[in-house]
Amino acid sequence: MWIKNTIQFMSWRKIAMAMSFLLIATSIGSLATKGLQFGLDFTGGTLIEVGYEQGADLEKVRAKLDSSGFPDAVVQHFGSNTEVLIRLAPREDTNANTLSNQVLSAISTDELGHADMRRIEFVGPSVGEELKEQGGLAMLVALICILIYVAFRFEWRFALGSVLALAHDVIITVGLFSVLSIEFDLNVLAAVLAVIGYSLNDTIVVSDRIRENFRKLREIGPEEVINISLTQTLSRTMITSVTTILVLLALFFVGGELIHGFATALLFGVVIGTYSSVYVASSLGLMLGISRDDLIPTVVEKEGEDQDAIM
Amino acid sequence: MLNKYPLWKYLMVLIVVAAGFLYALPNIYGEDPALQISATRGGNVEISQLEEVKSALNKADLAFDSIKLENNLIVVRFKDTASQLAARDIATQALGNNFIVAINLMPAQPKWLADLGGNPMKLGLDLRGGVHFLMEVDMAVAMEKKQEELLEDFKTELREEKIRYRRLVPYKNGVKVSFRGEADLAKAEELLIEQHPKLIIEALDNESNTLSAIMGEARIKEVKDYALQQNITIIRNRVNQLGVAEPLVMRQGADRIVVELPGIQDTARAKEILSATATLEFRQVNYDADVRAAVNGRLPPGSELYYDRRDGRPVILKKQVILTGNHITDANYSFDENQRPQVNIDLDSKGGNKMSNFTKDNIGNPMATLFVEYVPTGRKTPEGKVEFEAKKEVINVATIQARLSNSFRITGIDSAGEAQNLALLLRAGALIAPIQIVEERTVGPSLGKENIELGTQAIVWGFCLVLAFMLFYYRGFGVVANVALALNLVLLIGIMSLIPGATLTLPGMAGIVLTVGMAVDANVLIFERIREEIRDGRGPQQAVHHGYDSAFSTIADANITTFIAAIILFAVGTGPIKGFAVTLAIGIVTSMFTAIVVTRAVVNASIGGRKVNKLWI
Repeated sequence: MWIKNTIQFMSWRKIAMAMSFLLIATSIGSLATKGLQFGLDFTGGTLIEVGYEQGADLEKVRAKLDSSGFPDAVVQHFGSNTEVLIRLAPREDTNANTLSNQVLSAISTDELGHADMRRIEFVGPSVGEELKEQGGLAMLVALICILIYVAFRFEWRFALGSVLALAHDVIITVGLFSVLSIEFDLNVLAAVLAVIGYSLNDTIVVSDRIRENFRKLREIGPEEVINISLTQTLSRTMITSVTTILVLLALFFVGGELIHGFATALLFGVVIGTYSSVYVASSLGLMLGISRDDLIPTVVEKEGEDQDAIM
Repeated sequence: MLNKYPLWKYLMVLIVVAAGFLYALPNIYGEDPALQISATRGGNVEISQLEEVKSALNKADLAFDSIKLENNLIVVRFKDTASQLAARDIATQALGNNFIVAINLMPAQPKWLADLGGNPMKLGLDLRGGVHFLMEVDMAVAMEKKQEELLEDFKTELREEKIRYRRLVPYKNGVKVSFRGEADLAKAEELLIEQHPKLIIEALDNESNTLSAIMGEARIKEVKDYALQQNITIIRNRVNQLGVAEPLVMRQGADRIVVELPGIQDTARAKEILSATATLEFRQVNYDADVRAAVNGRLPPGSELYYDRRDGRPVILKKQVILTGNHITDANYSFDENQRPQVNIDLDSKGGNKMSNFTKDNIGNPMATLFVEYVPTGRKTPEGKVEFEAKKEVINVATIQARLSNSFRITGIDSAGEAQNLALLLRAGALIAPIQIVEERTVGPSLGKENIELGTQAIVWGFCLVLAFMLFYYRGFGVVANVALALNLVLLIGIMSLIPGATLTLPGMAGIVLTVGMAVDANVLIFERIREEIRDGRGPQQAVHHGYDSAFSTIADANITTFIAAIILFAVGTGPIKGFAVTLAIGIVTSMFTAIVVTRAVVNASIGGRKVNKLWI
């Protein structure tokens, strides 16, 4: 994939901006009104997954739970119709220690068949609250550390541009989970952090090329330099996205139910991350007034390398 | 000359790759289901026990692969989990009370590999099945107990020094004592400061002749740390009683304990035993008191009213505790001559002395055994934690027949099962403060197995897709990149197997899949550079040289930032997420090595120093 002519990426940046704003506004709007459908990790409560020998009749399971003192139980199939997932809201009378056992013995009857315990998860409300705090903190710390590294390695405009691009990715990815009402749990949080890593990877590659071209192409304005750099890195950006998306598709389709949310977040995040590294990071840099002068100090060292290599 | 590696670099690559293969190898052999038999309380396992187990298994016609006695452990290996589980019951019956039979997975690699330190990757609980508990210690109760202890201490000390006081009551997190006159106050202050250097003891301004003794910040922390440490020790004892191979009991933060029990089947019993706060108190019965008056609320001073566990009969006991469960060193259950369950108790020497001193003067008097258990009240403290309350019931009142020493028995227990549990709890020790399970994650064995299969499939599929794509897109260089990718996977697994703390979890497997997808990025960067250089008119050798050189700093920058994200994930994540962070971080390091150094070595070895007209890229 070799593009002969420089693509005028930056001439479309207003449209891209508008699109980004729209996506962010939708995400924030949905997060504000609808919120996130937090998983058990964050809300606390009890989750029990069981497997039956034969397809399970959810109505019967519900009725049985209702009569056993769990009228608030949410019962659904998980993956296949032999697997049943039961959720219970956090309870104040906290006999959580024995709660799951009570449920298990209630739904393993002659009528329903033997229920094989596959998974029990119980998170106390205080722990859920802590995990939520920790998760948010992790995201912030990650962004700040990256900001510092990029600022140190490049320049503050690049750093600000790339961190804003990351925030853009995170907001839109999380927004998608809100819009589609997909459960947001610890695994998804890990995926969002991985998206930060991936998107940054992309952004760094582009920024690196922009810096290099500013040094090499002295007669050309910043906008054109950015266009050239984006064009030069485009094939790499696309190929890496393709390979990553390929493995994520494998994960999504064969990785099983437990990893679904994780794969969804990453798939979407990689697409958004690829887009943002092309448009958001560099056009923000441009808006912040990136210019050759900002990158001059290290020129001497780079030229030395060049000469050495030609010899 | 361009594109030539010195010999040592080729050798280094070869050695690293060989080591990677070697340490990844044990994973191919996998693990055998096994039984692990050890003796309780540090006893010895003899060859006779091995023979016993062997003959019991043979008698039941149960096939096993091997049976061995090493490091004071009997290890029996089986073909499948079904025979392993059946064998556990047989072995438990054959050996009886003094041995712990635990089910486990044992690495199945040949001996020479094990001797080289090779082991398969440790699997997380979500892959091998098991229980993860997070338990919280109720520090309020621990502090209350400490306060009660202080009250008792002060009482005794002041009495011994013959200092008379008017009132001795709990105050803040300590106590306060008021005296009749300044002389007593001064004497007491001197005495108490000497006896309790860690307390803040001072006369109160707003109350005359009163001094307060409270714990300072440091002392409070000490008390809490001690409570936590004590609970950890006791939970460890209990876990050992449960018969779990490779359990983990670890402190987390100021007031929490993590417990991980891999491969456990009966989680209900595990929960019951681990969080039980039962202990015993032996007290004197106040037989002079009027029971009816006491029931109506008029208790004689220094006494408390309790009820019998079985028939609800009121019993009045003296407040003073003769002995608590802390002094119990061993407890076993058996049946008395009338086939009623009983628990035989052994005491340590201090406890034996106390018991002996007390019973010597009280022959013919009744003594009560009080069963103490902390149960959640359903209410919450202002900090949002669950409140516990001590439930104390009399389980037995017996007349002291003779002077007791450090071995005696208690009766009056309902069932054999209860006697068994009580004996176990007493043996393992009582928790110093009640604990509550605040998080539980249990994965059944069937789901664990399924997770491994699905994760492996995802890795294989992802890997094959990327291989095909790279081959299609980069041809000859694609082969080089694919070799690097395969080696990356081998090194990643090798390192994961080698690092003792690294465990493979389901998100960890997802991390490997992601690493496979992202690891080729470095090669893509290099190859695209080489193509550019060719377009710019450089010769093949120059193009390769420049391609690698100029891509390097970009690759480094990109990987370091992802590495930062991985480290943060590791720092703040819990269990499985940590597993994801570990594979991601290791994957970054190994992919840098394979994508840059290994591919360069392959390229150099194949085209370096020769005349090449066209690159197959």
